[in-house]
Amino acid sequence: MKRTLCQTALCLIIFLTGTCTSMAGTSFIRLATTTSTDNSGLLDILLPAFEKDGEYKVKVISVGTGKALRLAREGDVDVVLVHARSAEDKLVADGYGVNRREVMYNDFVLVGPGSDPANIRGTTDASNALSRIVASKSLFISRGDTSGTHKKELQLWEQAGIKPQGQWYREAGQGMGKVLQIAGELDAYTLTDRGTWLAYQNKVPLVIVTEGDKHLFNPYGIIAANPARYPDANYGGAMALINWITSSAAQNMIGAFTIDGQRLFVPMNVPVKSTK
Amino acid sequence: MAQLLDTSRQALVLLFSGDPALWSIVSISFSVSLRAVLIATPVAFLIAFLLAHARFPGRRVLISTFNTLLALPAVVVGLTIYMLLSRNGPFGDLKLLFTQTGMVIGQIVLCFPLLVAFSHATLQAADQRVWETAVTLGAKPWQAMLTLMYEVRYGLIAAVTAAFGRIIAEVGSSMMIGGNIMNYTRNITTAIALETSKGEFAQGIALGIILLLSALLLNFALSFIQARGDTAP
Repeated sequence: MKRTLCQTALCLIIFLTGTCTSMAGTSFIRLATTTSTDNSGLLDILLPAFEKDGEYKVKVISVGTGKALRLAREGDVDVVLVHARSAEDKLVADGYGVNRREVMYNDFVLVGPGSDPANIRGTTDASNALSRIVASKSLFISRGDTSGTHKKELQLWEQAGIKPQGQWYREAGQGMGKVLQIAGELDAYTLTDRGTWLAYQNKVPLVIVTEGDKHLFNPYGIIAANPARYPDANYGGAMALINWITSSAAQNMIGAFTIDGQRLFVPMNVPVKSTK
Repeated sequence: MAQLLDTSRQALVLLFSGDPALWSIVSISFSVSLRAVLIATPVAFLIAFLLAHARFPGRRVLISTFNTLLALPAVVVGLTIYMLLSRNGPFGDLKLLFTQTGMVIGQIVLCFPLLVAFSHATLQAADQRVWETAVTLGAKPWQAMLTLMYEVRYGLIAAVTAAFGRIIAEVGSSMMIGGNIMNYTRNITTAIALETSKGEFAQGIALGIILLLSALLLNFALSFIQARGDTAP
């Protein structure tokens, strides 16, 4: 009796683990990417098209850019799709990543309270807008989490020649959606990617104040984990995904992706008509 | 494994290098949680005393309610208080969202059921004769109550320690209500969540060590007091 029970249990374990791991011929790819690509719904459009012939299956790990790069550095993922150019270059230079390709870009916008105490609504020069936020002693909420958005914000401060610190500058250390909520509650300005902004614009009492500066553009890169360093990484799968996502088919899908009629990402490798 | 050791080593270096950002985080954690416990404790003790020694309708229901609230998830407390304090919420005018005061309120709500449930259990088990003797000797009811509480002080201290342990280690409500704002509302646990999301594991481990060390000190202090209690006549 005891023996049959053991055998049954063993069979059950084999059966359960078997169904999880051995979908015959499918190769699993671990992709670490930023919350902005995942939350926007872009991956829900792109990945099923990539997976549809059954050869590959992508497991998406959606985290901040800093964590995503760290996962790549430690060999915990096969490929990363992020937006932090200098950190991406460092990953490749340090020998953890190979075959970086540009995929697309989106842009950042400065948002702030409708009362606009810094009087910058409708401006296009990001440096100037930041200087006026400081001059008017308005609150500014920073992501403060070394995410791609945070790194972009620090670059913008540097370009404006301002060292962001003091009572008016608050580092929230949270995700974009949460920072928009905090800015809305505190009547503060903040920098956000357009995708998250579109998702939150009806939920927070904020408006776009500054957009269109080329310094606000935000390129996304995709990088494979270096197979020389991590031989067990799924390099074949990673390269298949990289080749596919930079193909004209996928690039056209990226260009056609909209939320509320607004295009979020501009593909790098195919020309797209301007929406304006 | 090598990575874990290396991370721990870096954490210890950080800890003893007197990094001001680190100590700002630590002091916010302790100041918020201590304030919450100090405010919650007297009221909780009073309620626990009434539950243990007064008889009134609904008493059993109240006891069960407090016992159930022990399982209250911190994020639920955080979300509820967030909505109450939000600018669109009923208490939005107080402007308490993303402040330490807001965090204190959240932690009070979190530790209150625990304080009541534990101290109620202690007071329930207390020797009734202490109360009767005190009253016989002419003590007013509140004096008799304090005498009784003094008799079971070790159990009550344990309740306070457990309550402090719960709220200094909680992350859900502090993150939601406090907002993890550097130098204002970033405490140990929200900082650990942030450092982990940044991939800065050393800083996260360093903060984890501080949290554990402080819990250790607290428990040593408690067991010291209790040991003295054992030898007392």
